[in-house]
Amino acid sequence: MEQPVVEMKGMVKRFGSLTAVDRVDFTLQKGTIHALLGENGAGKSTLMNLLAGLYQPDEGKIRINGEAAVIHSPRDAYDRKIGMVHQHFMLIPKLTVAENIILGLQTRSSPLLNIKDASGQIRELSQRFGIQADPDALVEELTSGEQQRVEILKMLYRNADILILDEPTAVLTPQEVSSLFQVLRKMAGQGFSIILITHKLEEVLSLCDTVDILRDGKKIDSRPASESDRNSLARMMVGREVLLEYDRLSGEQGETVLETKGISAKGSDGRDLLQDISLQVRAGEILGVAGVSGNGQSELAKTCAGLRRADSGSILCSGRDITGTSIAQRIRLGISYIPDDRHALGMFPGMGVADNLVVKQHDRPPFSRRGFRRESAIHSSADKLIDSYNIRTTSRDTSMRSLSGGNQQKAVLARELSVSPQVIIADQPTRGLDVGAIEYIHQLLLEHRRRNAAVLLISTELDEILNLSDRIIVMYAGRITYTCDTDSADIEQIGLAMAGELQ
Amino acid sequence: MTKQRQYIRTLQHHLLWSDFGRQVTTAVMAIAAALLLGALCIAAIGASPLKAYGAIISGAFGNTNAVAETAVKAAPLLLAGLGLSVAYRANMWNIGAEGQIFAGGMAAAVTALTLGTQLPAAVVIPLQFLAGLTAGALWAFIPAILKTKLGIDEIINTIMLNYIAVLAVGWLIQNPLRDPSAGFPRTSMIPEASQLPIILARTRLHVGVLIALVFVVIIHVVLWKSTLGFKIRTAGDNPGAARACGIRVNRVLIISMLISGGMAGLAGTIQVTGLHFRMIQDISGGIGFSAIAVTLLANNQPAALILSALFMAALDVGANTMQYQADVPVAVVNLIQGLVILFVVGREFLYRRITRRHQAFSEKQEKLSHAAEGAKEQ
Amino acid sequence: MWEVLASTTFVIGLLQAALRTATPLLLAGIGELYGERSGILNIGLEGIMLIGCLFGFMTANMTGVPALGILAGGAAGIVIALIHGVLSISLGVSQVVSGVGINILCTGLSLTIYRAVFGASYSDLPRAPGMTPVQIPLLSDLPVIGTLLFSQLPLVYIAFALVPVTWFVLYRSELGLKIRACGEHPMAAETVGIHVARIRYLCVVITGFLTGIGGTFLSLGLLNFFRDNMTAGRGWIAIAVVIFGRWKPTGIMGAALVFGLASAFQMRLQAIGIDVPYQFLLMIPYVLTMLILIVTYGRSAGPAALGKPFIKEQ
Repeated sequence: MEQPVVEMKGMVKRFGSLTAVDRVDFTLQKGTIHALLGENGAGKSTLMNLLAGLYQPDEGKIRINGEAAVIHSPRDAYDRKIGMVHQHFMLIPKLTVAENIILGLQTRSSPLLNIKDASGQIRELSQRFGIQADPDALVEELTSGEQQRVEILKMLYRNADILILDEPTAVLTPQEVSSLFQVLRKMAGQGFSIILITHKLEEVLSLCDTVDILRDGKKIDSRPASESDRNSLARMMVGREVLLEYDRLSGEQGETVLETKGISAKGSDGRDLLQDISLQVRAGEILGVAGVSGNGQSELAKTCAGLRRADSGSILCSGRDITGTSIAQRIRLGISYIPDDRHALGMFPGMGVADNLVVKQHDRPPFSRRGFRRESAIHSSADKLIDSYNIRTTSRDTSMRSLSGGNQQKAVLARELSVSPQVIIADQPTRGLDVGAIEYIHQLLLEHRRRNAAVLLISTELDEILNLSDRIIVMYAGRITYTCDTDSADIEQIGLAMAGELQ
Repeated sequence: MTKQRQYIRTLQHHLLWSDFGRQVTTAVMAIAAALLLGALCIAAIGASPLKAYGAIISGAFGNTNAVAETAVKAAPLLLAGLGLSVAYRANMWNIGAEGQIFAGGMAAAVTALTLGTQLPAAVVIPLQFLAGLTAGALWAFIPAILKTKLGIDEIINTIMLNYIAVLAVGWLIQNPLRDPSAGFPRTSMIPEASQLPIILARTRLHVGVLIALVFVVIIHVVLWKSTLGFKIRTAGDNPGAARACGIRVNRVLIISMLISGGMAGLAGTIQVTGLHFRMIQDISGGIGFSAIAVTLLANNQPAALILSALFMAALDVGANTMQYQADVPVAVVNLIQGLVILFVVGREFLYRRITRRHQAFSEKQEKLSHAAEGAKEQ
Repeated sequence: MWEVLASTTFVIGLLQAALRTATPLLLAGIGELYGERSGILNIGLEGIMLIGCLFGFMTANMTGVPALGILAGGAAGIVIALIHGVLSISLGVSQVVSGVGINILCTGLSLTIYRAVFGASYSDLPRAPGMTPVQIPLLSDLPVIGTLLFSQLPLVYIAFALVPVTWFVLYRSELGLKIRACGEHPMAAETVGIHVARIRYLCVVITGFLTGIGGTFLSLGLLNFFRDNMTAGRGWIAIAVVIFGRWKPTGIMGAALVFGLASAFQMRLQAIGIDVPYQFLLMIPYVLTMLILIVTYGRSAGPAALGKPFIKEQ
């Protein structure tokens, strides 16, 4: 066999207590397109960031073309002819295409920019590979697809012959996807080696030569794409047999409490974020929303909580139209929202635990009287919550910032759930937490389900959805692509729906 | 040995790991570092640091009059600083206290000059305060509304409005409101009924000092005891989360700026009605900027502001004594003030480092206790 | 009155004064432009300028060579700017607070040093040899514009020459591209191998140097002595100049000239005894700056990462 262009052995990368990449081996052959398949958080991007010099591995060895390589920085990676196109483009909107492409390159001859020569070379490259791009255009005026082409050209301009693409099709239209694939095939044919990070089975099967499947930071398998099929890949990606860890015991499910009717929303860039979403959550029911992150789930949660407005459609709470109501009004109606990003939307890092716990009710009795805080009520309530939610903190006045992530999240949950809400919108409530905290949060959600709350649970962890939900919907590209009862759920179908295979 | 360790642990806990302890410790460290560097500078110009600092203390607190002067100097710093602490709690970077002081002082002067001869002191003095408060608040309203409605950075607008206020006052006291008997621009003296009463005979200690102290209590209560203050603090700490929790963030930001400007307006008011008895171009003498230092040193805590305003005022008042007793130029105190604020800035960094260590420590503790629990179960 | 205003001597005098008033604003404004383009907001310009003003004066006073004074002023500006650099780049603290601190510090520092070196006597004002105008051969003989444009102080030429130079550096050099990248999207810059902190330090140093020599123009150009708070708010105007000039070298030149003209006009009017509300003329720069922010809200021309700390994660 030919010498591999990239050989990674025993790669380990830890972030605090989390092991993102756990003893992974990876081998890339010249002239091939190699897929890294896995769910969110499987460790695909982290593994490739080790190769691209953005992160340093804690353990493991990298060989490039048979030579041992230590990659400290993106520049080291360029020197080894490795280029990575990140999911979030690393382009500077106010610069032109050509400026972005030559940015950071040292030309030996002069300190001046030679845009003209660079533009010529860029045109040449774009012709050679069939990648359309106007060197003089401003990046901020380009579509996402065009920006991606600029990123690819940027790597080619830097003479990269090992190209890493992180979820490249997430931002593309179907037409753009097929032209991207053409380009990639052409490049592979010319001896480029390409790594494609993806969670879409279709891409693996139609484009790639080899596929490595990652799950929970570990490599599950590596096989030729030609010997794989949709169903086996889906199974390996989403994983294990479903273990029903929790005793869900279908309780009494009551009336529909939260309902959306055909809500649609567009992003500021005009892309559809939500398309005609209609769903109902009944009292005493957990509706799980599965899907790869970025497919509209967070927007759905925010729209229901009142943090963003839908362009069309309506939202009902216990039959009452709440589409135009404010966040405060929805809170008063008993809608609780656990945001996916507690740092941005959930907590007040500089304030004490007690203050964080009381925010939503701070101007209501018993916590306030005539515009003044009632410390005694705030304190006793905080002490009770700290105790019953098992929040580990030195005192109720300790700033949230000093708490560990799990305890911060417990405090957010305590605030949102202690008011006995009618509706709970939980957007990735366990993301980034350790096992103990996750289990605790799961029990909490089930408890509230038993209490007859209507729970909308969004998670990218399929296990979590399968374990907790009564019914499941899958979102892909802002649409609901699959609906089922958990008891009759077909894992393969869910995996296919998440990957956009079911429409 | 273990006892000693225990003691160090406890000390460490109180000084570094309680939020309050952290604030006090780092503030004291900042002042100490600034005084130390200041001492080096004094020594470098051939004077005795000890003598210089001694002179400052005696100049600022040595006798009744000195104390009165220090208090009179501290009062407007305190008022303006109180306002700034509210704005900074809301994360509104009001650099415009200086302009708001001018606006407030001018409004108070106009009120005094027009109503002071017709109304009794008991009526006109509150009216003056009201006028000063309103004018200062309105001056701060401009950047506040530009920030919340149009998203324009408040920093640059508050700076611009400083100069606009100073120039506008300059025009007013030179033209329509000029004292005809004076050779330079200033308003006429305000009527007696408008002047704040002196509370200590043979000093300049006026009732404005007491009013400033009253406002310490008021602002403290607003910020820490009222639901409005709570909203202000949440909006400043994390506006996104505050919004998600149903707080109308923009409204809260505007209110915080109105309070901030209003307090600066009061500072201008007592300068006019308690000290100079007329509007002059030099009404502030940079109080609006010194107040920023005072506020940062006090870490936006109203109660701590008293100490920090007294510290800065004492430096200013004691500076002259230092000059003739220790032969150290007055300006050394500005140097020390500047060093204090830079060390206070550095403190922000130190504070974060300690917090991070604390977090790591508690995570470790947690893991240990988890492990212990696990062991027990087995 | 109108005849006086329309006379050639008045107009020429006015324009000449405008050029001179604009020069320190232009120097500091261009300096700040480098910093802001790399993402570092420095509102301590007033203080840096004051220190430059003092050190320029002191050095010229002691050596008798104005050129050395200018260099010393620039060097002192660099030292102060580096304090801001360490606080805002390495420690990642609030750039606004750091800038405010620098202003207060420099007020004290400049006076302390001045008193320590020259004593507190006001009767015998220390003086320094000022810059002398440089006549550009031939061009300075041209009627009207000869005296106006080609017989100026050297720093005036330097300041205006910096406009095309800066344009060239920012838009036509590799360094300029890196600077702009750091101010717009430091993370992206880091991924293509640019050392963001290094570039920002460099820009902070440029800010300090140019602002410092801008300060020397006051004590060695406009006047030949130093006095308390000599900068009188020019550092703050320079910050307004950058915004008003929409973060472009030519825009900054235009803004500095508008501000210079407004200020020169009121001085001229006062000098010839015409009583106008000069305060309103002086207000123009500040009002214009606010107006331009209001008119262009939402599509800021400022660097996207301006004022935001960037600390690399490992």
